[in-house]
Amino acid sequence: MEQISSFEIWYTFFFQLSSVWIALFITFSALFIWRKNLGVLGHLCNSPIGLVGLFIVLFWVFGAIFADLVALFEPFEQSGRYRRKPPGTINAELGIPYIFGTDTLGRDLFSRMIYGSQIVLLIAPAACVVAYVVGITLGLPSGYFGGRSDTILSFLANLVLAFPVILLFYLLVAPGVRETMLPNIMAGVFFLFPIAFALMVVYSRFSERLNVLIPSFIIIILVGSWLYSGLVFNADPLGLVQIDPNELNIFAAVVFASSPGVFRLVRGLTMDIKTRDYVAAAMTRGEGPFFIMIWEILPNARGPLIVDSCLRVGYVTILLGTLGFFGLGMEPESPDWGSMINQTRSYIRLVPTIVLPATLALASFVLGLNLLADGLREESAKD
Amino acid sequence: MLVFILKRLFTLFLTMLCLSFIVFSLVTIEPNLKKLALNQANMRMEEEAVQTWLEKNGYKRPLLVQYSEWLGNALTGDFGYSTHFKKPVNDVVWPKLWHTGILMFWVLILTIPISLLIGVISGMREGSKTDRALSVFSIITTSVPQYVSGILFTIILSSWLKLFKGVAKAGNITFENFTLPVLTIVLYDIGYIARMTRASMVEVMNAQYIRTARLKGMSFISVVFKHALRNALIAPFTVIMLQFPWLLTGVVIVEKLFNYKGFGFLLVSAADQNDIDVTLACGVVAVILVLTTQLISDIGYAFLNPRIRFS
Repeated sequence: MEQISSFEIWYTFFFQLSSVWIALFITFSALFIWRKNLGVLGHLCNSPIGLVGLFIVLFWVFGAIFADLVALFEPFEQSGRYRRKPPGTINAELGIPYIFGTDTLGRDLFSRMIYGSQIVLLIAPAACVVAYVVGITLGLPSGYFGGRSDTILSFLANLVLAFPVILLFYLLVAPGVRETMLPNIMAGVFFLFPIAFALMVVYSRFSERLNVLIPSFIIIILVGSWLYSGLVFNADPLGLVQIDPNELNIFAAVVFASSPGVFRLVRGLTMDIKTRDYVAAAMTRGEGPFFIMIWEILPNARGPLIVDSCLRVGYVTILLGTLGFFGLGMEPESPDWGSMINQTRSYIRLVPTIVLPATLALASFVLGLNLLADGLREESAKD
Repeated sequence: MLVFILKRLFTLFLTMLCLSFIVFSLVTIEPNLKKLALNQANMRMEEEAVQTWLEKNGYKRPLLVQYSEWLGNALTGDFGYSTHFKKPVNDVVWPKLWHTGILMFWVLILTIPISLLIGVISGMREGSKTDRALSVFSIITTSVPQYVSGILFTIILSSWLKLFKGVAKAGNITFENFTLPVLTIVLYDIGYIARMTRASMVEVMNAQYIRTARLKGMSFISVVFKHALRNALIAPFTVIMLQFPWLLTGVVIVEKLFNYKGFGFLLVSAADQNDIDVTLACGVVAVILVLTTQLISDIGYAFLNPRIRFS
């Protein structure tokens, strides 16, 4: 079987990623040119660690976007002749090299790694966004009003946080659970929060102006229920929004595991910020509690929240990897990084390089997010 | 102080009750029970026969009745019968827990001093070159989850350099086969604790009384040892105790990765094999472990920090 040299492997690698490099170049030039007008993101230019983090994160973002251009093979394309081949083996029929080798079914590891980023970079941030909306919608009133509902919500949050994560996943992400309505019920509860949050935002701003308030309420409820029907019941009338039951199960479990953390963070920040003078000023002005929470407290809590969101996306990526590693949830064919690690790790004695693409991809993406969070923390502390 | 402890104990029991109920209801969902029936009685049972089997074994009663029966038995020390091992659950779980205890012991013995040292050294002089280097090191270690670092260690240290063994045998621990699992867990945990220690140390070093001590003419080293350390180490104590849910997850991953037949391995295989009583027992033991460490952390924090103790 023909081989290409390691120089050619890396040459092909860099050449295949050229669309990613161009996109990175454009983004970073734009960042440097307009760094004065970009707020925290512009300050990031002073922090080498933060820039390295941003570079790695954007590398994977563009990799996921341009996956069709970057990949050499289809992610599910099998080949009986080229099983567990070392990096650089050439597929004689097509004349294309497997630059990172193949897995045990003869699928190209490089292409699977690139397509895997699409799954990971979709689920992890999306789950974090929903977890954030849930945490903010509950955490703001909880920290602002206090009282009995705060006690109950905090107790529930601590309940979830006391669960060892892995046990939670073994209980919530299982074939047996998918036969019940449980994932749909959980998703049904969680996806109510974005709608509630949007209504809260609009209401707090326009509660006096009914001519704006009523149309926006109608739009939110229409769009919300359209997305809701597609995501929760898999019954979108237009057929545009749909989600695989496996993915819904994972999604619900991840949101369930991470929203209590966000809740605690937002609650703590709210309790701290509500003692500030500008909140007292808004109260004197006669603003309602929801206006103060959303337009006074939330914007002033953004620093810690942005830093935490970077860390949290990284943590959720690790969680998704853990699920894949235990073979939970994802379809067995799935090219996401955790499942790839699970599929390949039994063969490391035969071909040591077989696990490297997935493991290094996952570790580098999380590292990028953590470095970015560190850079952002330092720069926002200087303000 | 006594009222505080009693209050915490009350919340602890309430939490334990809620969590064990959640675990119970999730483990005994309908599809799991049906699978159990098929496994136990006859693989080719009709739907009707399955229902009769469930009826006969009392799985058709209201959930709360089943739960209180299980709880009553569990409180008297009877956790049921393992359908996979064909033994009482007690004979299965406790030996495995002992194996994991040994693993945890070594992990903690290594993690705590190393991470505290890194945190204190980098927080001592904020922004120095050592601080930068150690911070980047801790960020890197927290970014590499156990299932990645464990595999990389196996490739490099076991397959390639042949220093250690890639499989750890429970009950027969040697330096050769036990180093990799411990190393894998320790490395992931160090970063987080070190960063928390660093943050706490930085905060203390910027406090007024440290400046006073320095201006008084005390040497930097003795300020660090006599004034800073005591106050800076309160927060990491809580962090270490609250790390337990994560540590447990790490242990499960590492035990699976290195085939170490401990508690985590049991939990995973029991859940995979639908061994209901064992999964329940493991879940409840895990929850109790986590809650107990939380209680210790709360009481310890109040004990170490007079501002809370007397309020």
